[in-house]
Amino acid sequence: MNLAVELAGLWLKNPVLTASGTFGYGVEFAPYGDLTELGGIVVKGLSWEPRAGNPMPRIAETPCGMLNAIGLQNIGARRFVEEKLPLLPWAEVPVIANLYACDVEDFARLAEYLAGQEGVAALEVNISCPNVQAGGVLFGQDPAQAARVTRAVKDRAGTKPVIVKLSPNVTDITAVAKAAADGGADILALINTLSGMAVDVRTRKPRLANVIGGLSGPAIKPVGLRCVLQVSRAVDLPIIGLGGIASAEDVLEYILVGAWAVQVGTANFLRPDTAFRITADLPQLLDELGVSSWEEFRGALRG
Amino acid sequence: MPEDTLLAAPAASSPVCRELTVSELRRTGSESGLASPSGAGPDHSHWLLDLELSEGFPGEDGWTPGQFVMLRPVSWAFEPLWARPFSICMLERGVLRIFFQVVGRGTRAMSALRRGDRVVVWGPLGRGFVVEPETSTLLLAGGIGLAPFIGYARRHPRPDKARLFFGHRPEIAEYPLDLLPEAVVVEASRQTCAEELACFVGDLERRIAEYAARQGLILACGPHPFLQAVQSLALKHRARTQLSLENRMACGVGACLGCVTETTNQGLPVKVCTQGPVFWAQDVNLGGAA
Ligand SMILES: Cc1cc2nc3c(=O)[nH]c(=O)nc-3n(C[C@H](O)[C@H](O)[C@H](O)COP(=O)(O)OP(=O)(O)OC[C@H]3O[C@@H](n4cnc5c(N)ncnc54)[C@H](O)[C@@H]3O)c2cc1C
Ligand SMILES: Cc1cc2nc3c(=O)[nH]c(=O)nc-3n(C[C@H](O)[C@H](O)[C@H](O)COP(=O)(O)O)c2cc1C
Ligand code: FES
Repeated sequence: MNLAVELAGLWLKNPVLTASGTFGYGVEFAPYGDLTELGGIVVKGLSWEPRAGNPMPRIAETPCGMLNAIGLQNIGARRFVEEKLPLLPWAEVPVIANLYACDVEDFARLAEYLAGQEGVAALEVNISCPNVQAGGVLFGQDPAQAARVTRAVKDRAGTKPVIVKLSPNVTDITAVAKAAADGGADILALINTLSGMAVDVRTRKPRLANVIGGLSGPAIKPVGLRCVLQVSRAVDLPIIGLGGIASAEDVLEYILVGAWAVQVGTANFLRPDTAFRITADLPQLLDELGVSSWEEFRGALRG
Repeated sequence: MPEDTLLAAPAASSPVCRELTVSELRRTGSESGLASPSGAGPDHSHWLLDLELSEGFPGEDGWTPGQFVMLRPVSWAFEPLWARPFSICMLERGVLRIFFQVVGRGTRAMSALRRGDRVVVWGPLGRGFVVEPETSTLLLAGGIGLAPFIGYARRHPRPDKARLFFGHRPEIAEYPLDLLPEAVVVEASRQTCAEELACFVGDLERRIAEYAARQGLILACGPHPFLQAVQSLALKHRARTQLSLENRMACGVGACLGCVTETTNQGLPVKVCTQGPVFWAQDVNLGGAA
């Protein structure tokens, strides 16, 4: 079957993208597969100024998952555009910039700059990072703030689609999803990491210097599926689902509950060719299951 | 600092990810030469793991000593989650050899691998040690930090120029020193108590001062406190010194930013997996690293 999907003007040759923060700036994975075979590449969260991130240790292994408190270390939007973007085959595979800022005006400036770059296909707004003091998840936990940030980004994004990435660390994710839709979001992406911590009884210390971090990996897939199901019932926007995807089967689970496309995150660390393998495995699995179009399959479980 | 200026030595070829087959696993210092019948060895045991290279995996000339691989047995599924980093001990004649010590659940599970088991390996990764054929080179290894120096010494065009000073706690028989070329002079020193350790640090300082005085090259790999000691002595004596860091890693390819270490020039923290693991001693701040 034809694997292509179109989400609010964002055209993907297949629904498998890579998740921000787990695929570097894309170039790191070029030795392990053909980047142009992917549906899209979402790069590490970019801020206006470079950021050094949080103190070490900032990652810890947990059962079927990991905790991270990287704190958005990144080289800054300008250096990304000058040094990394030209190395990516952006004419053949959509490159999506994930952006983070501490206040609404900064989000808007960053959005305008990145949307103005020819090689950037869409913007993904991170209002859900649990690892930074200012802004971060706070924008994503308050529907009114979420709507404001979305509106500010949308106003400066020109014709480029705006994806708003939601946090699962809320009581009612549909309330924030609706607010983002009201703010003008074209696409929703969910979920970001779950807030968590890990403890070492031998040292009697938390395993992360930052104490609290974001949980990701196969362990969180049930939460991601639940969130996508709820949001797809409540909001009429295309959804990119993520959280714990590690196989082609996982991709189809997300599509059954209403996702249009997916992102592969932590599984890229399990082996660096994961996203390429998942993309390659999809056609055969769809064949096996007798699926002949995304429209027929997508959201079949939504009820 | 621009991302790529801290390079010790350039990578010889680009990394690949392949499933390799275990051809042999041998416990060192044990009588039988075979994996223990019970499967897993006792804690802190040492093992040599041989993996058969499959098509496309760089061989003989495709790596530089000090580089490492990420290794993940297929049977792990999602537990443990991450692969584990290991120095390339030898990469010769179709075999990738790892020398490892059991310290936790991943290495314990590795000690129970059997011939024919499949292991996902990606590499060669990172930037290795410089090789200066005509320079007197002092290799400082602490314990399992011996692993990369076996490859280093075997690849060195003038092994007679290299000298290994080796500090260890377990018995010397645990270490496969027989894999080193004969021309390399080896001095080993065992530390089983605080006095012996203090004595070892004194010996370290004398050697570092001596190599500094004659413009020699010093390369070190070992536990974090060992590297901290080498670093402070190297800075004190202005010795040309490279250190190989062993930070915890999730991806090994520069994507997760979990392995970083601080630099001495106030730039962004640098990734040990891609910008290291080998750094010049004056460039990194080991105080903040985990
Ligand atoms: C570049 C590099 C090269 C390495 N080369 C070798 C090698 O050639 N041979 C070898 O035996 N080991 C090597 N190591 C260390 C090896 O990766 C760890 O021992 C291993 O990851 C521990 O896994 P585990 O599941 O057994 O331990 P875990 O259960 O994860 O942890 C158990 C204990 O091991 C310690 N530990 C965990 N990760 C590391 C680490 N990266 N370095 C040091 N201690 C750690 C933990 O602090 C803990 O106390 C290297 C590490 C790096 C980064
Ligand atoms: C190390 C790490 C760094 C991350 N950095 C970002 C980031 O910069 N921006 C962002 O929106 N999400 C970031 N995330 C969240 C992931 O994109 C993803 O939402 C989350 O990990 C859940 O998916 P997974 O279970 O497939 O990993 C990061 C996740 C990890 C593990
Ligand atoms: S281990 Fe992931 S960036 Fe170094």
